[in-house]
Amino acid sequence: MTVTYNFAYLDEQTKRMIRRAILKAIAIPGYQVPFASREMPMPYGWGTGGVQVTAAILGPTDILKVIDQGSDDTTNAVSIRKFFGRTAGVRTTTRTADATVIQTRHRIPETPLRDNQVLVFQVPIPEPLRFLEPRETETRRMHALEEYGLVQVKLYEDIARHGHIATTYAYPVKVDGRYVMDPSPIPKFDNPKMSDCPALQLFGAGREKRIYAIPPHTRVASLDFDDHPFERWRHPGRCALCGADDSFLDEVITDDHGTRMFVCSDTDFCEARRAAGHGPDAPGATAPDPARGTEASHG
Amino acid sequence: MNGADEPLLIAEGLTKWYGRQLGCRDVSFDIHEGEVLAVVGESGSGKSTLLQILSSLMTPDAGCVRYRMRDGVTRDIAALTEAERRFLFRTDWGYVHQDPAAGLRMAVSAGANVGERLMAIGARHYGRIRGSALDWLARVEIDPDRIDETPQNYSGGMRQRLQIARNLVTAPRLVFMDEPTGGLDVSVQARLLDLLRGLVAELGLAAIVVTHDLAVARLLSQRMLVMKGGAVIESGLTDQVLDDPREAYTQLLVSSILPP
Ligand SMILES: Nc1ncnc2c1ncn2[C@@H]1O[C@H](COP(=O)(O)OP(=O)(O)OP(=O)(O)O)[C@@H](O)[C@H]1O
Ligand SMILES: [Mg+2]
Repeated sequence: MTVTYNFAYLDEQTKRMIRRAILKAIAIPGYQVPFASREMPMPYGWGTGGVQVTAAILGPTDILKVIDQGSDDTTNAVSIRKFFGRTAGVRTTTRTADATVIQTRHRIPETPLRDNQVLVFQVPIPEPLRFLEPRETETRRMHALEEYGLVQVKLYEDIARHGHIATTYAYPVKVDGRYVMDPSPIPKFDNPKMSDCPALQLFGAGREKRIYAIPPHTRVASLDFDDHPFERWRHPGRCALCGADDSFLDEVITDDHGTRMFVCSDTDFCEARRAAGHGPDAPGATAPDPARGTEASHG
Repeated sequence: MNGADEPLLIAEGLTKWYGRQLGCRDVSFDIHEGEVLAVVGESGSGKSTLLQILSSLMTPDAGCVRYRMRDGVTRDIAALTEAERRFLFRTDWGYVHQDPAAGLRMAVSAGANVGERLMAIGARHYGRIRGSALDWLARVEIDPDRIDETPQNYSGGMRQRLQIARNLVTAPRLVFMDEPTGGLDVSVQARLLDLLRGLVAELGLAAIVVTHDLAVARLLSQRMLVMKGGAVIESGLTDQVLDDPREAYTQLLVSSILPP
């Protein structure tokens, strides 16, 4: 038995509906546009929102890259890549520079993005005000009236409790001076990459049925206080594989005895550096200080 | 135009029906800056209905509420945009609920509860926001050491005082209070009333205080309205109304509740 799918799985009418939502999202940077999210052949939490956005924008000549926490090789990334390989027959790649569409969960690649690339984020919870105001009617009104004191309250609580802004993932941003947006659970290390980015950034939340966008070269500011300004954070030290001292590092356990090392979370970036001859013994390389644990759990 | 002599708030012919049930009928009065007005009456007489209309939480079926804004211009609050109305509500007005949980964010710290209004109007300096919060906690007699606790840990009286601090931090000119001492023990009530009286005098606040407790009216207000069946049946200076009530109903209220 052969099953034939429409190109990229979704039917053309559904794609048109999603594209209209995407266009509206691009026209109002950071604003959450409702859309009629479809059932996808994968469970929620596996990126059904991102998959629908990708399906709606993919063309036959596109080259697709899929990453999960920076890696091209996790089950999630592999299965989404296979899905589009099967249903759209598009070429896939692991190289950031070669891709035209990059679907991602939890990271922005280290290699700077360029124009004519689209970064598609998988979003679990699109509403940045949700944690303090559960009522959807009220959060919509707050966005409409630009009432964003509540986000500041959250940051205040961080400082009151931890002495600094302890939010390290899904760190709220203001887009183009207007809408406050949840960038999805990327590390705040990646936040500055969103601002003035030449690539188009699209965000899809499947379960919550929302799409939002950052058009190319849009100002994106991380919220903070004057006396507690936004700070990027990465685990201090160098990648144990490629020696990079400016990339976001993941902690990996290497054996049953709890031996740990820190390596680039962006596997493509790390491999490219190693291919170019970089290694852990780069001059001045230091082992990461094990006493300084990571600040937040990976969620 | 010098606004100081003009009323701060003018209520004209306020009427509200809940279907066929009357909420309040044809209520008119005005209140000046620094004046405290008590609204008394038995349960169901329309006090809360009136307060919600005055504070724009509810729209009347007839009548209007006009308010002299900080720029000196008196405006019909029904004609304000939603953004203007909400801004007014969290800057120049305060609203103290009988149940503190309705007026507080129970899941965030006392400091953030007090600081929220400041952040809502653009304060972005943590140290100064915290400084104001500490200052206000002290003024409502809450130990500043407890600034980082949530009101969940607080007693009823402390919660009510925190709610008051949260409202006053933006220096509002008018505060609405619906039974601010209701549900508290008598001794706690007395302390809260004392505190309220001091703050109102010190800050020159205008307040509209709904209560069915004539002692509260006596202690806090200069003028009062007596409501019955949704209508104002008597009004005047508080001492005059309480010492020499004209209406039979008010006489009954006074004689049954106030000790001689
Ligand atoms: N939401 C509502 N729907 C229908 N009727 C209402 C509603 N709210 C109030 N009422 C009625 O309107 C009248 C005035 O009620 P209101 O709550 O204003 O009285 P009150 O003076 O505040 O009473 P209390 O002292 O018990 O708080 C009452 O008859 C009440 O039953
Ligand atoms: Mg009432």
